[in-house]
Amino acid sequence: MSELNNRVVEKYRNNFLKEVEANVEEGDWVKMCMQCGVCAGSCPLGDAWEHTPQKLFMMIRAGKRDEVLSSDAMWMCTSCYNCIVRCPRELPITHIMHGLAHYAARLGLSPKNQPTQKFAQLFWDNLTKTGRVNELKLGLNLYFMNGFSEGVKKSLEMRSIGQGMFFAKRLNPMEILGGHGVKDQAGFHAMLDKAREIEDAKLDKFGK
Amino acid sequence: MTDVVATNQTILVVGGGISGMTAALEAAECGKDVILLEKNPSLGGRVSQLYKYFPKLCFPTCGMEINLRRIKARNNLRVMTLAEVTKVSGDKGNYSVDVKISPRYVNENCTACGACSDAVSAEFDNEHNYNLDKRKGAYLPFTMAFPQRYVIDPAMIGTDDAAKAKDACPVGAIDLDMAEENIQLNVGSVVWATGWKPYDAAKIQPYGYDRFDNVITSVELERMMDPQGPTGGKLIRPSDGKEAKDVAFIQCAGSRDRNHLRHCSRICCMASLKQSTYTREKFGDEGKSTIYYIDIRAIDRFEDFYQKVKSDSTVNFIKSKVASVVEDKDTGNPILKGVDTEGYKRYANPHDLVVLAVGMEPSVNFNDAPVDIVSNEFGFIEANPENGGLFGAGCASDALDVNRAVQSATASALRAIQVVNQVAEAED
Repeated sequence: MSELNNRVVEKYRNNFLKEVEANVEEGDWVKMCMQCGVCAGSCPLGDAWEHTPQKLFMMIRAGKRDEVLSSDAMWMCTSCYNCIVRCPRELPITHIMHGLAHYAARLGLSPKNQPTQKFAQLFWDNLTKTGRVNELKLGLNLYFMNGFSEGVKKSLEMRSIGQGMFFAKRLNPMEILGGHGVKDQAGFHAMLDKAREIEDAKLDKFGK
Repeated sequence: MTDVVATNQTILVVGGGISGMTAALEAAECGKDVILLEKNPSLGGRVSQLYKYFPKLCFPTCGMEINLRRIKARNNLRVMTLAEVTKVSGDKGNYSVDVKISPRYVNENCTACGACSDAVSAEFDNEHNYNLDKRKGAYLPFTMAFPQRYVIDPAMIGTDDAAKAKDACPVGAIDLDMAEENIQLNVGSVVWATGWKPYDAAKIQPYGYDRFDNVITSVELERMMDPQGPTGGKLIRPSDGKEAKDVAFIQCAGSRDRNHLRHCSRICCMASLKQSTYTREKFGDEGKSTIYYIDIRAIDRFEDFYQKVKSDSTVNFIKSKVASVVEDKDTGNPILKGVDTEGYKRYANPHDLVVLAVGMEPSVNFNDAPVDIVSNEFGFIEANPENGGLFGAGCASDALDVNRAVQSATASALRAIQVVNQVAEAED
C-alpha cells in the first residue's frame, strides 16, 4: 500500500463514492447510474469481465473500495464506446472505466501482472520517446514482456505476420536503430513535462 | 360548402379521441356551443384501438358507446371529421381558426350498408390495425365508427374501382366530385386534444423491430387481441402463425432514454402488466409472460394491480433493461440478451414473441405546430397563462392513461367555459 493510498483512506474513511467523485476522471457521474444493465449487456467483452460496469458502480456506492480498485474489470475495456452510446442516461462509462483504472494504478492497488496494464505502460514509454510509435520495438517489447524464452517463442510464432508486414511496407526493420519521430522533439518533451507537472500538482492535493 | 355557425362564444375542441370527446361533451352539456374537429374519418382515437383498459380490464367499446350516445343527444355539439387546423390567429375570447376539410366522397345519405366496399377490389394498409392487415378502398374505419358513414380512399379517385363503388351504392351517397374545403371559424376558446402516438420502435435499433417479425409493439398486441383485429383475436406470432404462449415484454422501449424519449411515458408499465393477463386469458396456466423492467412504475393507486399480477405464477419479472434482441434462425424465436441486475447474471432467453412497451410522444409536436402556444421540450402543451384561451387536454398535455386524460379534458373544458363566459359577460 502506497503512502498516497493511506492518505486517501484516512481522508474519505468509509465514503468511497465521495472519493471516486473527487479523484476519478468523470467519477461524479457514478451516482447517476440507474442500474438498468444495458452497458453490461452491450459490452462485446462482457463475458471476460469479473465485474460489469453497472456492478462496479453499485459496488462503489456500496463502499467496496478494495474489491473495486483491485478488480481487473476496468482494465479489460477496449474503448469501443458501445456502452456510452447505449446508456439511457448518457454516462461516459468508457471514460469512467479508464478513470478507475488510472486511479487504481496511481494508488498502487491495481492487479499484479495485468497484461493490459503492462501493455499500456509499454505503449506509453514507446510513444513518449520520439513522439511516434515505434511498431517494431513495441511488438518486440510486448513479446518479451514475460521473459526471454517466452519472447523467442512468441517471436517465432508471429514471424509470418512480421514478414507480411515487411513486404507490405508496414514494418521497417531499420526502426530498431531508433526510428522516426516528430519534428520538434524538444518541444514535444517540454509539453509532456508540463503535463506531468500539472498531474503531480493534482496528485499532491490527493487526500488533503 | 360546409355551413358552420360559430361565434366568439363557441368552444373549439381539436381532436376526437377520448380526451376531445370528453372535453367537447362536458362543455356542450353545460350548454355551450361546441365544435369538435377530428382529422380521421371517425371519432374514437387511440382508445378505440385498445382491446381492454386497465385496471378493470373492461372493453373500451362500452365507454365509446356511452360517449357517442351523449354526442348524438346534443344539438349544440357539432362534429366535423377529416378536418385539420392549419392556422390559428387572434386572442383569448376571439380566435380565428383556419380549418382544412378533406373530402370523404360519401355524403349524409350513406346507410353504411357496405355495398360499395363489396364492389371494389383495391386494398390499402389498415391504419386502424396499425397496418397489420388490409382494408378495402371503400371502407368503414371500424364497426363503431362515428359517423357511421363509409369513406372512399383518396387514392381510389379516378380509378374504375371508384366508379364501381358509385354504381353499387343504392342510395346515391357517393359523390366523387367532392373537393377539399377550407373554412374559417371564429371561436372564443380552443381545447387541444390532439393525443399521442406510439414512439417509432424501429428507432430502437438493438431490439430489431424492423428486422424481426416476432418483435411487435404493445399497440399492435392490443389489435391482435381484438376479435375484429388482424388475427381475429388470436394471440399468434407474425412469422409462422404459431400460438405465442411465451411472451416477453420489454419495458421502457424508447422511454426514459436520452437517446430516444427522455420522459417516463407512465402508461407502459401498467399496459404490460395488463397485457400479461392476455396470455393467461388465452392459454391459462400454459401461457407465460416475462416482463423485463428497470423498475415497475404502477402509478398512483395501481400498486394493487401490480401485486395481483406479481402473484400470478405464469408471470415472471426480470430486473434488467434488455441490451439486444437476436433471432434464432431455425425456430424464429427472438432471443433476449442482457445482464440481470439482481445477481448480475448474463442471460440469453428465447421467447415466442417479444412485445416492446413503446413510449408515448405527442402526435402533434407543439414546438412546431401552426399555433402560438407554450410547450415543453418534448412537445407537450404546458399550462401557462400566456396561452390565453388555448388549453391542452389529455395526451396533448402530458403522457397520461385514459383515466387521467379524461380528468385533464374535464379540467380544460371548465377553463374554456370560463373564457366564453367572460366573453358573454363583456357583451351583455
